[in-house]
Amino acid sequence: MANEHSSHYVAHQFDDLEQQKEAGTLGMWTFLATEILFFGGMFMAYFVYRFSYPDAFAAASHYMDILLGGINTGVLLVSSLTMALAVHAAQEGKRKQIILFLIITMVFGVTFLVIKGFEYHHKYVEHLVPGWNFEYKGPNAGKAEIYFILYFVMTGFHALHLIIGIGVLSVIAMMTARGNFTKEYYSPVEVSGLYWHFIDIVWIFLYPLLYLIHVHK
Amino acid sequence: MNGHVVSRKVYYFIFAALMVLLILTISMAYFDLGPFNVIIALVIAIIKATLVILYFMHVRYGSRVTWVFVSAGFFWLIIMFTLTMSDFVTRFSF
Repeated sequence: MANEHSSHYVAHQFDDLEQQKEAGTLGMWTFLATEILFFGGMFMAYFVYRFSYPDAFAAASHYMDILLGGINTGVLLVSSLTMALAVHAAQEGKRKQIILFLIITMVFGVTFLVIKGFEYHHKYVEHLVPGWNFEYKGPNAGKAEIYFILYFVMTGFHALHLIIGIGVLSVIAMMTARGNFTKEYYSPVEVSGLYWHFIDIVWIFLYPLLYLIHVHK
Repeated sequence: MNGHVVSRKVYYFIFAALMVLLILTISMAYFDLGPFNVIIALVIAIIKATLVILYFMHVRYGSRVTWVFVSAGFFWLIIMFTLTMSDFVTRFSF
């Protein structure tokens, strides 16, 4: 323990702040490993069906809005940058900057969800929601339905993670405002950042695999 | 106890690289490259994910044991993909 000031933040099971931070990071990465396999299972199903029904998947993917999906990818990449800057501000102990960057990150997260909402609404209007409102005009309707099931399940779980991420960041922002973090102790900011970046990574794979299957004609 | 503090410039540079790769992946989709379309899309996505993990998630500056934990997650993912696909691609009909 460096001094009395930093010891205030060390839980009794840890020797010092560094060990505590390391344990927190490893804990989050263990959780993210389960998340990798959670989404991995869905990606696995996607690849099996895409290689089984390449033509149906190519045709169905034409209903995706490449522009909106591309903008949303950019939105999430910017949010990852502002999240990294929030952690950077935490390392420098700049409380106001942490809160500012966290709010910007959450605003981008909400922006993503709003755009996604417009896309979902458009799919509903076009009768492309499996099990609820599905009338596919074109050959291989049943196989195309599998594509849309995968689309809604994968992007839906991704959106759910994003909503949870926004909730986590709002708690971290409130803790920052209350003065819970210092230059020495900011581990919760960093660990929440890991979760946020993971959500970004999932979308990095979802965008090309769902939207960009068959852009060329 | 401060961890490795990275200059902000690194974050801006990585962000710029990610945006360039996003534009690249969209433009490559407009070319008909047969089976290489999906391969190129996946390679670009893996590069983007690696940049995020190494720099935004600080793994590059992490301890050895952090590297082990991160690799373990992807190692199990590779096992799942390898075993499933080795069954799937060796079947004549699905």
